[in-house]
Amino acid sequence: MKDKLIVSSSPHLRNNSTTQKIMLDVIIAMIPAAIASIVFFGYWAAITLAVAIASCVLSEFVCRLVMKREQTVGDLSAIVTGMLLAFNLPPTINPLITAFGGVVAIVVAKQMFGGLGQNFVNPALTARIVLLVSFPVHMTTWATPFFYTGSVDAMTTATPLGILSEGTGTMPSYLDMFLGNIGGSMGETSALAILIGGIYLIARRVINPIVPFAYIGTAAAISGIACAVTGRDVLVDILSGGLMLGAFFMATDYATTPINWRGKLVFAIGCGIITMLIRLFASLPEGVSYSIVIMNILTPHIESLTRSKTFGFIKARKERKRSEV
Amino acid sequence: MNLSIPLNPFRTFGGAKVPHRKHTGSSPSEVIPAPEKVRIPMQMHIGAPCKPLVKVGDQVLVGQKIGDSDAFISAPIHATISGKVTAIEKIVMTDGKSVDAVVITSDGENAVSPEIQPPEIHSREDFVKAIRESGLVGLGGGGFPTHVKVNPPTPVDTLLINAAECEPYITADHREMLENSDRVIDGMFAVAKYLDIKRIIIGIESNKPDAIKLMKEKLASDSRNKNGMAGVLTLRAVYPQGAEKVLIQAATGKQLSPSKLPADLGCIVMNVTTAGFISDYLKTGMPLITKRVTIDGSAVTTPKNVIVPIGTSLEDVVAFCGGYKGELREVLLGGPMMGIAIPSDDFQIMKQSNGVLFFGPKEAIRKRTTACIHCGSCVTVCPMHLEPYALEQNFEKRITERLRKLSVMTCIECGSCSYVCPANRPLVHSIRLGKSLIRKEDAAEKERQEALKAKTEAAIDAVEAETK
Repeated sequence: MKDKLIVSSSPHLRNNSTTQKIMLDVIIAMIPAAIASIVFFGYWAAITLAVAIASCVLSEFVCRLVMKREQTVGDLSAIVTGMLLAFNLPPTINPLITAFGGVVAIVVAKQMFGGLGQNFVNPALTARIVLLVSFPVHMTTWATPFFYTGSVDAMTTATPLGILSEGTGTMPSYLDMFLGNIGGSMGETSALAILIGGIYLIARRVINPIVPFAYIGTAAAISGIACAVTGRDVLVDILSGGLMLGAFFMATDYATTPINWRGKLVFAIGCGIITMLIRLFASLPEGVSYSIVIMNILTPHIESLTRSKTFGFIKARKERKRSEV
Repeated sequence: MNLSIPLNPFRTFGGAKVPHRKHTGSSPSEVIPAPEKVRIPMQMHIGAPCKPLVKVGDQVLVGQKIGDSDAFISAPIHATISGKVTAIEKIVMTDGKSVDAVVITSDGENAVSPEIQPPEIHSREDFVKAIRESGLVGLGGGGFPTHVKVNPPTPVDTLLINAAECEPYITADHREMLENSDRVIDGMFAVAKYLDIKRIIIGIESNKPDAIKLMKEKLASDSRNKNGMAGVLTLRAVYPQGAEKVLIQAATGKQLSPSKLPADLGCIVMNVTTAGFISDYLKTGMPLITKRVTIDGSAVTTPKNVIVPIGTSLEDVVAFCGGYKGELREVLLGGPMMGIAIPSDDFQIMKQSNGVLFFGPKEAIRKRTTACIHCGSCVTVCPMHLEPYALEQNFEKRITERLRKLSVMTCIECGSCSYVCPANRPLVHSIRLGKSLIRKEDAAEKERQEALKAKTEAAIDAVEAETK
């Protein structure tokens, strides 16, 4: 017995964090938004959520099987992608479109690049963009909250950003926007639910608070300038559309964003700027998904430009400068 | 330059919150009875191995020199019990090299060699020479010969006493401060005297409040502590505060460049037990023959600190601690973060041993290795501001150019990155292999350059010969 010892290189201690636990934390953080979407959009939201998760998990399973790689369904990352994808879709979308989105997210955006941690763009957002381009009508038909109870007049409605962009229709109240009683993608309408989840992730140290603060802050600042010039409403910009969801759940994705805090800051500010440029000047009412995907692509460059100076090298540079003087 | 004692540590980078598990910190050390047999390796230091000075059959006395080397970076080795040399055998050390080991069987007398006399010291040269004769090496685990350290090429003004003891489990230095506070202070003032040191900073992690309090009290009442030249610096209890570069940063705010020595920043870093030993040696002349070692881990019946003759087998030490308990899964020389796992418990206590851990199934947990998720934990904790995940990736692809650019050689192998990795990537392991790739490449390049130089010189010679 005493000759059969474990011999490995140091360190011989590990903390108890695992990828699975991190993913579980993200799933827990998304539950309030999932509940909110089911409250506002009823069984349709539940169906979309279930189809998206099933499609993602199944795609992951089949992909790993076909590629003859180690099975990774157990790490729960496919469930996270599935939930995020559902959150980015209109609640009443055709389930076949949702299922197709799951396949695009997992097969094209994630597994083809090597699986977890290797993808360079956010799978859920990539799928959303693919669907938006492929099914523009389906992807922009927004159900009215509580339509399933039969107590509302119109089955569909416009999103606040749509109203802002088109200039027609009545704007919902700030309270409705905060609670989520508005039209929009199913997971993004309730700012309250997203905040609860976001605070949970920050408290669990899963995400760095610098990202949502800088992202929302930058967007708010630009919106503020626009407010002064054209009379745009800052609170509408923050509370509606995908900004909160993107800032807390997608601009904080590990694989596709810079690794150190300086890079994260640059990334978040970049997202804020691009989001607002799209909202203000492009023909689209919403720009969160494009802004995050564009910044995802820039991530390697941001990383190499924001790398920390290695210990002992800062001094050396200063000394050289001094000796040059 | 400001040579005051900082009240608070300067900012250090990263660091991991490892569990402390200092179970043995509050119980007094126990002296193990002289063993029947000791096996003393001829290399218990960094540098050239010693050659045995004794033959099989020789009678040796306690403190008698039994191994030495002509090399500058080396430290002589002494007999730790009296008796007969019964064998000189080859044993495999932790780095895989085999060295001679002198086996002494006790005669039960423990007679001390008559050569043991307090050294006469009049100058710094005498001091350095005496330290060499004592066989002293860095007792914190590094094993760097102390006589080299106390003879820095450039003048130094600061003596940093490393009492951080940031490794989990290990409490040997903690007990040294509590049990031998006077000799620690005595030793550091002796070093300060011969090296013309202007200030002494004792760095202790905040998880040892009793040691901090005691050292502060002792220093306050010490007559040698002129103008408060010596003081205690309470370090944050975040691993690895005891790493030389990190300690220098915490105490002085300066970053040690990879190519430089602490002396270039005016510092000498010395382990607290090393300082304590110097005091004893100057008084008695007894070389380094015993060591306080923390014996802990769930596979040991009664974890404790023991004072052991060097060369005592782990078997004897474990027997003294009540034997094994449950299944033994892992034996570590040193702490769990930087210690070395050995393949069998057939080993011995050495000069630089500060702890031996015997892990049972509860502690020797293996996590499954999964894909890197780019979470950034390793980057956040790295005290050297490196990017361990990128170093691992580039090692996997054997891109030495990128490894150099990411300053792989700066890594101190503290293990913080591997400790926090949720995917359990073998980060430090890959970095170590990456470093050896670079070393190999450098050696090959040097060889190529030399061959080229020789060839060019030969060509020049040939041309010159022709023109003549």
